[in-house]
Amino acid sequence: MFNRSRKIALMAALVAGAFASVPAQAAEEEFFMIPSYRVGPYGANGNAFYGGFVDYLNYVNMKGGINGVTATWEECETEYNNAKGIECYERMKSKARTSAGPIHTMSTGISYALIDKTAADHLPLAMMGYGRTDAVDGSVFPYAFPLVTTYQMQASAIVKFIAGKEALKGKKIVFLYHDSAYGKEPIVALKAEASLNKFTLVEIPVAHPGNEQGAQWQRIRQEKPDWVIFWGWGVMNQTALKTAQKMGFPRDHMIGSWWAGSEEDVIPAGDAAKGYMSATWNVSGKNVPLIADIEKTVYGAGKGNVQDKGKLGTILYNRGVSAAVLSVEAVRRAQEKYGKGKAMNGEQVRWGLENLKLDDARIKALGATGLLPAVMTSCANHEGSGKVKIQQWDGSKWVLVSDWIEGNKALIHPLFQASAAQYAKEKGITPRDCSKEK
Amino acid sequence: MFYRETGQFKTSYGADQQIFPIRQDRIGVGLVLAVAFLVVPALAGEYWFNAILTPFLIFALAALGLNILTGYAGQLSLGSAAFMAVGAYAAYNFQLRVEGIPILVSFICAGLTAAGVGILFGLPSLRIKGFYLAVATLAAQFFIVWCLTKFPWLSNNSSSGVISTPTVKILGYVFDGARDKYLLVLAIVSVMALMAKNMVRSKTGRSWMAVRDMDVAAEVIGIPLLRTKLLAFAVSSFYCGVAGALYAFCYLGSVEPDGFSLDLSFHILFMIIIGGVGSILGSFLGAAFILLLPILLDVLLPELSSLLHLQLQGSTVSHIQTMVFGALIMFFLVVEPHGLARLWQIAKEKLRLWPFPH
Repeated sequence: MFNRSRKIALMAALVAGAFASVPAQAAEEEFFMIPSYRVGPYGANGNAFYGGFVDYLNYVNMKGGINGVTATWEECETEYNNAKGIECYERMKSKARTSAGPIHTMSTGISYALIDKTAADHLPLAMMGYGRTDAVDGSVFPYAFPLVTTYQMQASAIVKFIAGKEALKGKKIVFLYHDSAYGKEPIVALKAEASLNKFTLVEIPVAHPGNEQGAQWQRIRQEKPDWVIFWGWGVMNQTALKTAQKMGFPRDHMIGSWWAGSEEDVIPAGDAAKGYMSATWNVSGKNVPLIADIEKTVYGAGKGNVQDKGKLGTILYNRGVSAAVLSVEAVRRAQEKYGKGKAMNGEQVRWGLENLKLDDARIKALGATGLLPAVMTSCANHEGSGKVKIQQWDGSKWVLVSDWIEGNKALIHPLFQASAAQYAKEKGITPRDCSKEK
Repeated sequence: MFYRETGQFKTSYGADQQIFPIRQDRIGVGLVLAVAFLVVPALAGEYWFNAILTPFLIFALAALGLNILTGYAGQLSLGSAAFMAVGAYAAYNFQLRVEGIPILVSFICAGLTAAGVGILFGLPSLRIKGFYLAVATLAAQFFIVWCLTKFPWLSNNSSSGVISTPTVKILGYVFDGARDKYLLVLAIVSVMALMAKNMVRSKTGRSWMAVRDMDVAAEVIGIPLLRTKLLAFAVSSFYCGVAGALYAFCYLGSVEPDGFSLDLSFHILFMIIIGGVGSILGSFLGAAFILLLPILLDVLLPELSSLLHLQLQGSTVSHIQTMVFGALIMFFLVVEPHGLARLWQIAKEKLRLWPFPH
């Protein structure tokens, strides 16, 4: 009896020892909370995006981590549903106490709901090309980062692209949009552009999901616009292209947003998509050295996250990689200030995101040239770039038809500041003084 | 034995008319409330408050609202999410536009606004019934969401149509922590649930049930159909409206019209079907089942798969979760078509006779 209990005690001690020794051996770890969606109506998009994100984290780990710090992560399925997204966030939050990389929700609704929570919990929230756009004003939104570019800046850049082709004065542009927060945000920017450039703007909403657009295109035919700027999402994109073909509107005078410019949007439209243009801030294809290297290193070692390897190099996959690049760079940047080789907590990563210096040289060193524009953030500018490229579908692949185009910052950024000021007033937030931030 | 009311004599009208006439019920409800108000706040962590308890209470309130309309008055409705949206946006606008209005007053006003809209969309119920009425309430669902996106004034000209709620402050006390919000929601939900419990056994509730069971007969015995049905719509929408306001102010913090989609309406409808149509308790049980079971499966399945040494992808787990959830819904409906509340009722009957069932 005594003997047996001693044996058990010995075994328990051994087991406990084995567990206890693990943290002692482990290097520093940086935790990335990934509220992803891989099932549900937008599961295909989420699969490509988060596949790219996880692949890059794996890639970084295989190359020695973030200055020796291993990236760890946990996924939680949100199904693009706000309530589930919050549940995921609350569940994973406790793990992000000591170290926290930027959180990417890939959902405007979820990121809106998380803005207050992340600010209260001191966790950095990244919204790359979606989410609350007036968070560009970091004095009111210290923890929210609409990185790279926003809908408004993108709309402005598209107008600039059109202006480069022909004089805008007296022209007519139709804005055909998904009738939701996503589709409505650029209107204010387009109105400002219209009064500045003296073109007529006609706004035509399409109700979700937008799989029937006969009435809208009938109206477009009557209006006879010179260009159609198009803010579609999901099934609405292919329907618009097909209806435009039916109505005889030239697709090479249609420019979509970056959510209307992936392979998933144009391939189902078949022939109708040829000539169609869209904005994008990351290129597709595998000819970016980084993407090719990920395929070789990560998939070569059998650690790839995407099951369908055909997804590699698609727009959304590359966007996931670029999101991960920015996140890892933010951690690296924070380490420069707070100590290399250490795990960074939410506040420190927030500083990193706010002081990103991802210039062309650094992008080149990462092998990511062309994958994303240079991103330089500051307290007053959480966007950091505001540049897009225009790409055109040639029937089988996207071809870039422009260099980086920057939206009219002088026109658009004051709109953000006004909107952020209103938010601060509603919420009773005292904005930070950006001139005192270092 | 545990549930026998022998020996509980009622000697006054007051005792005869109380909400819970049986002593065991009174003790039970008192215990539940005591646990919810005193024990839970002391034990639960932030995750529990933010992600589980607060949404559970809010959805239970919305389900309660729908249960009044569908379960008690027999009017099938698919517009609950829309009435929640009305409540959320109304509360926001009252806070924004009426200087110094107390938050609780704006919640009540939000409920009243939703009640008004509910009456409007309840008008067709005077002529049509059953599935046809469900289709008519579907109009409310689409119209209200459309209306909220169409008129920017309703969202204070927010370019995206999303509203961000101000902080909740009562008598100078700021409810910003998860526990504070939980307690506020709990207080409102318990008061409204007790009111509903009381209402359904009053004259109003009895006329609702009469209309539900056979409206011609109800009319013959002198129940005014117009008033009864519209009252059911008003009260139900009031509950949904307050739930919507709480959903915006105490749970999400910012809402957009698209969030109050038909999906949400269906969710609430499923809650009352699973929980029990025509039962106050059922609304709570149904909300718990629909809301919490997926989370439970989400937490359990990865553990289980690692225990069984199955390498499951995240998406596979989600798919399995959906399947198990669907299967459980079918299982419960096959085993007990009257919902979870009926199970509790059966348990009560058993407890009453135990240990001598004959």
